[in-house]
Amino acid sequence: MSDIRNSTSGGEDYEPQLSATSTDAVGLAAGGSAGPLPGEDKSYSQGQLVARRFFRHRGALASMIVLGVVIVVAFTSIGVGPIPGWWPKGYTLQYDKIGDGAPTWEYPFGQDTGGKDYFALVMRGTQFSLIIAFSVGIISTIVGTLIGALAGFYRGWIESVLMRMTDVFIVIPLLAVAAVLGQMAGGSGILGLALVLGLVTWTGLARLVRGEVLSLRERDFVLAAQAVGTSPWRIISKHVLPNAVGVIIVSATLSISSAILLETSLSYLGFGVQPPDTSLGTLISEYQSAFTTRPWLFWWPGLMILTIALCVNFIGDGLRDAFDPRQNRNKD
Amino acid sequence: MLKFILRRISVSALVLLGASLLMFILTVNSGDPLKDLRESNDPNRDALIAERTERMRLNDSDWERYWDWLRGVGGCFTGNCDLGVTINGVDVLGLTQQAASSTLRLVTLATLLAIVVGVALGILTAIRQYSGFDYTVTFSAFLFFSLPVFWAATLLKEFAAIRYNDWIAEGQYAPLTIVIVAVVAAFLLQAVLGGTARRRLITAATVFAFVMVVLFVFNALDWWRNPMFGIGGVLVVSAAAGVLVTALVAGLRNRRALYAALTTAVVGVIAYWFTAPLLVNEPSWLLLAGLFVVAVAVSLAIGAAWGGYARKQAMLVTGITGVITSIMVVADILIAHWAGFLGIKSRPISTIGSQTPNFTGDFWERTLDAGTQILLPTVLLTLVSVATHSRYTRSSMLETLNQDYVRTARSKGLSEREVIVKHAFRNALIPITTIVAFDFAALIGGAIITEQVFGWKGMGALFQDGLAAVDPAPVMAFFLVTGIAAVLMNLLADLAYAALDPRIRR
Repeated sequence: MSDIRNSTSGGEDYEPQLSATSTDAVGLAAGGSAGPLPGEDKSYSQGQLVARRFFRHRGALASMIVLGVVIVVAFTSIGVGPIPGWWPKGYTLQYDKIGDGAPTWEYPFGQDTGGKDYFALVMRGTQFSLIIAFSVGIISTIVGTLIGALAGFYRGWIESVLMRMTDVFIVIPLLAVAAVLGQMAGGSGILGLALVLGLVTWTGLARLVRGEVLSLRERDFVLAAQAVGTSPWRIISKHVLPNAVGVIIVSATLSISSAILLETSLSYLGFGVQPPDTSLGTLISEYQSAFTTRPWLFWWPGLMILTIALCVNFIGDGLRDAFDPRQNRNKD
Repeated sequence: MLKFILRRISVSALVLLGASLLMFILTVNSGDPLKDLRESNDPNRDALIAERTERMRLNDSDWERYWDWLRGVGGCFTGNCDLGVTINGVDVLGLTQQAASSTLRLVTLATLLAIVVGVALGILTAIRQYSGFDYTVTFSAFLFFSLPVFWAATLLKEFAAIRYNDWIAEGQYAPLTIVIVAVVAAFLLQAVLGGTARRRLITAATVFAFVMVVLFVFNALDWWRNPMFGIGGVLVVSAAAGVLVTALVAGLRNRRALYAALTTAVVGVIAYWFTAPLLVNEPSWLLLAGLFVVAVAVSLAIGAAWGGYARKQAMLVTGITGVITSIMVVADILIAHWAGFLGIKSRPISTIGSQTPNFTGDFWERTLDAGTQILLPTVLLTLVSVATHSRYTRSSMLETLNQDYVRTARSKGLSEREVIVKHAFRNALIPITTIVAFDFAALIGGAIITEQVFGWKGMGALFQDGLAAVDPAPVMAFFLVTGIAAVLMNLLADLAYAALDPRIRR
């Protein structure tokens, strides 16, 4: 704990590159209840330190706001399931076309070839893509953490078996195995798709967590816990994993952004989301030939994917800096 | 070392075996291969179903089918490969050879480009950390790996192909465009070269003026439609490359290396002068490859002759210079054929397919055609990899630049070049190697989409069509190629580790 704190407060003094941001820090600290400068006698918990570092990463903060807006708009505008949203038009209804359907005040994203409101369609696609991405992120994080932790903690044959299994998944190109599973899960809706995608994207995290656990399990606090007869399960969940939480959270974030791209790619190839469901990927593949005639049909879903993935990547970058102050000094 | 490699190979073989079993079982259970027949109204539907069931052995268990496939693959070691037949009875082996060659061409080119560009960008951003240039590259890197590939492909088709083809019909830059290009070039170069405000200003002004003049002259000469380079151009560029390589590898103070590099460039151009008639008329790839080998051998010999006390270093310098000179020679001939090529194919950059149908032309025009066909997919594949490589190189470089041994090197009074190239970069290379090895296999996987977008008949199409028809043989062929490529690349990475890190060699 203490070394992290020292390195942050010390870091500010000899980090020339932070001169711009450290004024922010002063302003932030002065505005809040904390003392005028960090590193005074106010002490911070680990979580507070991480949060402070994260909020100082302006790209990550801005991305978080943008992503929040996207999520709120996507879910409230057309509503979820039976709950209606504030957007007056539906995604299934066909309206009279205004001109060739180009964006107007009435239809901000334009209309598709059949006169459907494209804003509602894109919002629905965004909903599905977000649901899939977050489910995949959660599932792959759980599986990856579990496998990595077990392999790293128990060593021996358990590790061999688990890591060879990881290698088996790594040797198959991700898109290929995802496509095969996507086709299998075709009929079972987006949650089925999310489940199978989560079951193939955990490999990177498993390796990272294993590496982390391998070094943590040799530490004295683990020895001490073992000496008083703590059960292995409790050691893993209470002593080892909380110390690896940085790696896990960062990796989980990045797996969400890769899941969004994976889902759209699969849907584009025809192995992902199947009609009547729709996602941003299916929207693009449906309208990609319309680029020259109706460019808005092509731009909106693509920009939506780009925005979400970019925001998540920046948040991941900010989290990485926040959780690893040593890297912070070296890298960003 | 040998024992280590053999162990790695045998473990990899077991992993491949397991993965192939998994892939096979998943594929055959991913759907119903008879679906299209069941839904058809053909009068002889039952006969067709029976025939397909017979051909694909649908009545046998999955295990028997897998065992059969494995035996066929095992035959490859004894010389009679059998990768099975597709759902329509076409031999998969032939299909695979065709598809693999076109995909590997694409992926290899993209990988090489991505390594060179990505690593260079990574080093530059690490050296110029927190500069405007660094932020620009970092943001672009994030943008590129957040980009849906197929979406970017459509944009690329529109702006890099269709618009370019419209433009090349005239081939003239508007004055405003020239100013914009010059401003962008000036900004980028001053950001990369850095220095005091005054020096940056001078750099920017020089670059701006240079680009303006060059582009106006090109306009006046109608250069874009009728480009030429000339033997003088080859000499100037090769000599400049020689100086640059010397500066990076040996330092300009090493006069012997500098002279060796310049000699290489001059000898290369003289050799070009003599071999030109041979090259310009219908050469063969074999001849080109032979000449290339000779060129590299001669370059190394020049390095050895000039080298003196630092022979190895001089040979490295002349070797690289020789390669660059050879590339420039080929580029010169290709450029000279561009006007003729435009005459045959008025819209040069293609958006679909790996070759123009019914294209006729001489050797160089065919090469240009293949080049313009491969251009867009390569750019697309490269962009994403460059983003990854540059980020990893940057963080890896920053990590090493912060190490004590780099501080020691600096305090010994070594030049900044030696510190960065020898002490920081050499150590930073170890993690980069891993990424490159992993990325190659990922690129083949990612090529599925790129090929689909650009209509290439490669491994991606084989896989996609096979999977859509629940046809295991082509899917497994795809897996075989990517899996073996992945294993080979990892093996190469291990060997590279041993070369880079003496501790591993032992």
